[in-house]
Amino acid sequence: MSAPEPAAPTPSDAALLDVDELRVSFATEEGVVQAVDGVTFELRAGEVLAVVGESGSGKSVTAMTLMGLTRSPNARFEGAARYKGTELIGASEDELRRIRGAEIAMIFQDPMTSLNPVQRIGEQIVEQIQEHEGVPDQQARERTVELLDRVGIPRARERVDNYPFEFSGGMRQRVMIALALSCSPSVLIADEPTTALDVTIQAQILHRIRELREETGAAVILVTHDLGVVADIADRIAVMYAGRIVEQGTLDQIFYDPQHPYTWGLLGSITRVDKPRPERLPAIPGLPPSLADRPEGCHFRPRCPYEFAECSKVPPLEARVGGRSAHLDRCWLSVEEKRDQREIRPGEIGLSAAEGTAA
Amino acid sequence: MARFVVRRLIQMVLVMFAVSILTFLIFNVIPNGDPAVRMAGRQPTETQIEAIRKEWGFDENIFVQYFTTMKKVFTGDLQSYFTQLPVGEEILKGLPRTLSLAIGAAILWMLVAIAFGLYSAVKAGKFADRFLTIIALIGISMPVFWIGALMNYYLGFKLGIFPNGGYVEFTEDPIDWFYHLILPWTALAILFIGFYSRVLRSNVLDTINEDYVRTARAKGLSERQIMLRHVLRNSMIPIITLWGLDFGAVLGGGAILTETVFDLQGVGQYAADSIGQLDVPPVLAVTLFAAFFIVLLNAIVDIIYAYLDPRIRLQ
Amino acid sequence: MATEPATTDEAFRAPAAFEEEARREGVHGVGPWRLGVRRLRRNRVALFFGFLFVLLVLVCVAAPIWSKQVAHTGPNENHLTDRIVVDGEEKDVVALDGVPIGPTWQGEFFLGADKNGRDVMVRLLYGGRNSLVIGITAALMTTVLSIILGLLAGFLRGRTDTAIRGLLDVMWSFPVVILGVALGVALALGGLQLGPINISGDSLLITIFVIGLVYIPYMARPVRGQVLSLREKEFVEAARAQGASPLRVMFGEVLPNLASTVLVFFTLLIANAILLEAALSFLGAGVRPPNPSWGTMIDEGVDRIATAPHLTIVPGLMLVITVLSLNVFGDGVRDALDPRAKVRLEH
Repeated sequence: MSAPEPAAPTPSDAALLDVDELRVSFATEEGVVQAVDGVTFELRAGEVLAVVGESGSGKSVTAMTLMGLTRSPNARFEGAARYKGTELIGASEDELRRIRGAEIAMIFQDPMTSLNPVQRIGEQIVEQIQEHEGVPDQQARERTVELLDRVGIPRARERVDNYPFEFSGGMRQRVMIALALSCSPSVLIADEPTTALDVTIQAQILHRIRELREETGAAVILVTHDLGVVADIADRIAVMYAGRIVEQGTLDQIFYDPQHPYTWGLLGSITRVDKPRPERLPAIPGLPPSLADRPEGCHFRPRCPYEFAECSKVPPLEARVGGRSAHLDRCWLSVEEKRDQREIRPGEIGLSAAEGTAA
Repeated sequence: MARFVVRRLIQMVLVMFAVSILTFLIFNVIPNGDPAVRMAGRQPTETQIEAIRKEWGFDENIFVQYFTTMKKVFTGDLQSYFTQLPVGEEILKGLPRTLSLAIGAAILWMLVAIAFGLYSAVKAGKFADRFLTIIALIGISMPVFWIGALMNYYLGFKLGIFPNGGYVEFTEDPIDWFYHLILPWTALAILFIGFYSRVLRSNVLDTINEDYVRTARAKGLSERQIMLRHVLRNSMIPIITLWGLDFGAVLGGGAILTETVFDLQGVGQYAADSIGQLDVPPVLAVTLFAAFFIVLLNAIVDIIYAYLDPRIRLQ
Repeated sequence: MATEPATTDEAFRAPAAFEEEARREGVHGVGPWRLGVRRLRRNRVALFFGFLFVLLVLVCVAAPIWSKQVAHTGPNENHLTDRIVVDGEEKDVVALDGVPIGPTWQGEFFLGADKNGRDVMVRLLYGGRNSLVIGITAALMTTVLSIILGLLAGFLRGRTDTAIRGLLDVMWSFPVVILGVALGVALALGGLQLGPINISGDSLLITIFVIGLVYIPYMARPVRGQVLSLREKEFVEAARAQGASPLRVMFGEVLPNLASTVLVFFTLLIANAILLEAALSFLGAGVRPPNPSWGTMIDEGVDRIATAPHLTIVPGLMLVITVLSLNVFGDGVRDALDPRAKVRLEH
């Protein structure tokens, strides 16, 4: 099987966001939880980077840490995250406040609880505009109505004074998108924007995000657990497991030439409408490790059917495929072994253990 | 909204009706023994008892009794058999005093509780928070009449900083009126400050962890703006309901105990004196009116709450 | 290539294999009760006050011992004309102008005497017994009735719920003290007849009954609320799907989950009941003389606060310490059982 050559990276080459060995840990009753364990990636202007992983993989914590939203007395940070030269991790609250909303904006997972229930949505957007750009009230309001219109809220002028509970889930999420875009940020972080919504609405929201990205040129970090969501919209993908990035590459590289067994498992567990139904719904056996008590070496080892002695050492995130400096992974297996083992059925990638070892 | 108000007011009237029935039951039906004897108080004579029985209809059926009782209360026909004074008038005389006490204490406790509660929440876990929590706990553990008596004695009588009890009419001398009420207001407020500062603290802490506060932070708002515009406003809504309820409770219960200790001669003290003499008519009237007032206050508070929380208003 | 399991047996074995794996990987859960106890154990302040309360109860229970062995007098014995020796000096227990002696810090009249020459310490302990018995029993009564009413209302819904809720709303409209006073006064003269049982107006049971009744809305409402929300939970549906009768579901599934709410409320209820008893007794609508209680003692003390402040200070202080202990401990219990675990600062 041959993999198509990677497409050239999208628009500008300058790294907007540069994350370097980011580590985040929390002190809890059960001990120290290492939520993020050495995450490194770059985000370039105008590109869509999808961060994919299960619950507990550290993807949301990574995203929120970039905006300083995980700061608390029991949190510890190491490493760096530079946005246009400004260091985010150790930044003062004042600096962060300047950046939040205006430079880096976030769309949260649950639009139901993420909007203030007793404040009109127009006010909530105007509040952000006024915070960063002291424009006259009327102007801010006009802009808000325009934004709502752009994200697809019908009769925006009338509905700008409505309360959140007067909107459906999908509409509320659009309001959040409008809010995020109100000050034309350079980076948009979408934390599981469609998880709380119906499948039919999902497609609409993603479509809208993609359109807006094209219109505004903002870079997007899309955090999700659903690879299916990613296929349509992402330029690059970073797969996270138990606090680490285990594979990183372009959309085509990940989907057609995945280099990490966890990625195979994820790909194999996508239910496909265009393929015959499997006898059993494939899943990756076992459970993700507790973040307070992780295994030595490769975190995926206990669930990996291909593990061997070398796996007791932590595999570094490196480019192992010849000629592709952008495709990184954390697996000791040789590239040939990987390409050999990952096909469980002709033309289908998956994890052999997921198919069940029963006779 | 209008429909909500009308519905709520109808509900209020129904509850008042039920309250009157319950009050009637408490005083005339539930206890054992002859209601006429009970009504007559301590050491009544036979003729007195007979007269009372006729007057109140105790020899007739229960419905007549109920109507007679209610008629007597609401037409001001009620008289104390102990003091021989009309109950209605005595209550009206004491009302401005009781209201002065209750309203002043309510304002005091609300302001202090908000300050303490907010400060505690912001400094959660640190020394200031623990210290205020201990103070609050001590506050809710003290009987108001005890602390009131001690304050009156030590600060009023012994040290002479404050007057030794008593009440001065506002119309007579506003400053002296205020001066005489400082200790009673404080004594009464202590209990409620303790309670409310903790409720507010807990509400604020809950609200701080809400998702929409996180969104506000992601918008780049300052902590102070977040506190005032998002956290406090949302935390206050349930407090208002409680405040309304407790204001009624103060008027009813707390007032009795505080007035007695400071000799304010309000409705509360009138009731307390009657209780001591087991004089039923005044206690009956005060109970009924206190409950009515609370039902009214509840309805008002509900309506205000609905106005503040758009989710209820716009249904 | 996977095939269908040959027998249903194999299909069932798969989950067991999963469990085996989970066990091997050391995944285990700690139940909410154990977690709560663990947290409570770490809260030393709450534990201290919990023990303090127990200590106070024990001391009051030991009242007869103190009365007989140390003070050599009962709680209602007057010693108006007696004289005792304090620090070598002979003094009147009650002086000629009516002022009783203050604390002597000796065996007899350890904390002084009251206007009738009764030993304050002895009365304090016996009064404490009364106050505590009333408080705890009333709280128990409230709890039992609230659970019953809450379960019935929340579970049976419909007309039962409307009726119970209406009753609670009406009771709720009366301020606690006023309702307590009303009932206290009404029942004082004639007593109460509950079916075949006739309770005299002077009995402590009346006070217990009054206080127990008055607090019912404060507990029944939250219980009802909890029952309503628990009702919709999956495990209740599962039990019913298994064919369990409503009664069985109520007791088997819903009640254990109510336990944590009830426990927290119960502790705080005792505190409030003790305070209410003091207030009622202070006004004369609670414990009736000559029975001592902390409330009656404060009532008697306030009259002579200028000349004999110890009569007011002593019972009040005892009351405050007892109620404070309960409040702090109750707070600790609430924190321990709260599902939102507090995160520690040590790293």
